Amino acid sequence: MLIEIVASVLVLLGGAFTLVGSIGLVRLPDFFTRLHAPTKAATLGVGGIVAAGLVQSAAAGTMGLRELAIALFLFITAPVSAHLLSKAVLRHRDPPGS
Amino acid sequence: MLSVALQVALGMVALAMALTVVRLVRGPTVADRILALDTLSINAIALLLLAGMLLQGAMLFEAALLIAMTGFVSTAALCRFLLRGDVIG
Repeated sequence: MLIEIVASVLVLLGGAFTLVGSIGLVRLPDFFTRLHAPTKAATLGVGGIVAAGLVQSAAAGTMGLRELAIALFLFITAPVSAHLLSKAVLRHRDPPGS
Repeated sequence: MLSVALQVALGMVALAMALTVVRLVRGPTVADRILALDTLSINAIALLLLAGMLLQGAMLFEAALLIAMTGFVSTAALCRFLLRGDVIG
């Protein structure tokens, strides 16, 4: 019962973070602020969902290595792709705030 | 209870994907569209993870891993195209 409550809260938290990230992507005014919103939300949103999956699979007695691999891969690649995007835009445009 | 939470979260992620498609269509610059595509692939990973937990199918996690890899490679290639004008060479 307790495990189910913890997993449900983590799932809802992850879904809410994903939704907030996409709302930020639509509503924020500038490219660099728009870059900020989904990068954070992707890490926390997918992280919450993966944590819920790990809790569930630990309760079922299995290890859940696939979820862990997905989370590890995303945590490594999300900052790299955000950095590449900001570098590509800074090359072509004036820096933010000008 | 967990299945209800999973369904609510699936709805949230689906709404997030719809909002991302709005930015993908509207986005004023090319970089906005690349960012929207990247976010769309991450949202698809979240959707597949939730569906895999709801349906108890191990195959969906492998699909999520594949989308993670292709999403990162495509974002890196598009950024390189934006920076240099070509991808390889």
